[in-house]
Amino acid sequence: MTDKKKLRIATTSLAGCFGCHMSILDIDERLFPLLELVEFDRSPITDIKHCGPCDIGIVEGGICNAENVHVLREFRKNCKVLIAIGACAINGGLPAQRNHLDLSACLTEVYLTEPGLVHGHIPNDPELPLPLDKVHPLHEVVKVDYFIPGCPPSGDAIWKFLTDLISGKTPELGHGLIHYD
Amino acid sequence: MTDTFQLDGVSVPFEPGQTVMQAALAADHYIPHLCYHPEFKPHGSCKLCTVKVNGRTMASCTMPAEAGLEVQSEIEELNALRRTLVQMLFAEGNHFCPSCEKSGNCMLQALGYDLEVHAAGFRHQYPDRPLDASHPDILLDFNRCILCELCVRASSEVDGKNVFALAGRGNSKHLIVNAESGQLKDTDISLSDKAMQVCPVGVILPKRVGFSQPIGERRYDESPISAQALQDAPRPPSGAKHD
Repeated sequence: MTDKKKLRIATTSLAGCFGCHMSILDIDERLFPLLELVEFDRSPITDIKHCGPCDIGIVEGGICNAENVHVLREFRKNCKVLIAIGACAINGGLPAQRNHLDLSACLTEVYLTEPGLVHGHIPNDPELPLPLDKVHPLHEVVKVDYFIPGCPPSGDAIWKFLTDLISGKTPELGHGLIHYD
Repeated sequence: MTDTFQLDGVSVPFEPGQTVMQAALAADHYIPHLCYHPEFKPHGSCKLCTVKVNGRTMASCTMPAEAGLEVQSEIEELNALRRTLVQMLFAEGNHFCPSCEKSGNCMLQALGYDLEVHAAGFRHQYPDRPLDASHPDILLDFNRCILCELCVRASSEVDGKNVFALAGRGNSKHLIVNAESGQLKDTDISLSDKAMQVCPVGVILPKRVGFSQPIGERRYDESPISAQALQDAPRPPSGAKHD
């Protein structure tokens, strides 16, 4: 047993669309060499529900409700290095387009006054996490160590970033891999 | 024998009346810039082009070239400051690149790419800036305005129309339309105006042509802004004189 201890990675999607996770899968057959170096903790890939002690946490999506805050804090507490992946995690992205609107006006229009709604009501099940007044990027709630921009970042960008990081280099994307769209 | 100054240890020739920026670009040396445009008088407001001249920080777009100047530009100290400037511009507007039809052709975005800006950081301001879609052919999306005043300069200096102006001061400074109604439909702007072509970001947009260029074929998909700016730079003997 001379195996080097594998790095443990956790991933999650908060106020995101899972597009960044699809891009993680887009690193394709390179997942196999990656799995020589890392193992996954909490992630949609493993279906583990809570994050244990990890080396790297990768968080997709911004913060739009109370549960997002709890999950993000769990990640920050357990991960030595926290990476925000994708536009939503970095600047709020699409969900943050509601930030200049009043939250109750949004809910009223979507669930009550939109034409075609019959017997509509604003969801109020106690199990639903309460929405926040504004959508926030991750760095406004916890310290974030690295950011991988893109909507979503390409599989190549994620691969370059992670391999740089794992080999101890400052991750750089460069022309063609760095994208905000 | 033309005079020269030193830019990052390299001799750069210049003609009398040229600025440090003009001489550098003409000699194939890139200095990052945003509000500078080779066809207009320098504005000196974005500060992206800040260089160190004999140890002092100066805007290279307004600094006249002089023989023997020692200019530093491509140093980490200045690039770190440039990165911060780009980040602040992103944080104070609503720059949602994934839905912007200027994406891929946007100078602010391309500068972010070139300077390896991975995130704006800071607290995003998410200002409330309604669109002006009143004109039949032209859309104004103020969310992306960086107050470079290029449209103001183009409309007054080239088009002779004065369609745009900046109003307010400090944090409340904003782009306005010169019409009693404040709406673009009540101005004489037209699609062929110079003001339509100079916006470095996605504020002034022709309608019904968005996203016509596929991803991969847009301006800054092909090569980074540092390479494109040199291709665009005026070359002698046509020169790049102003006034």
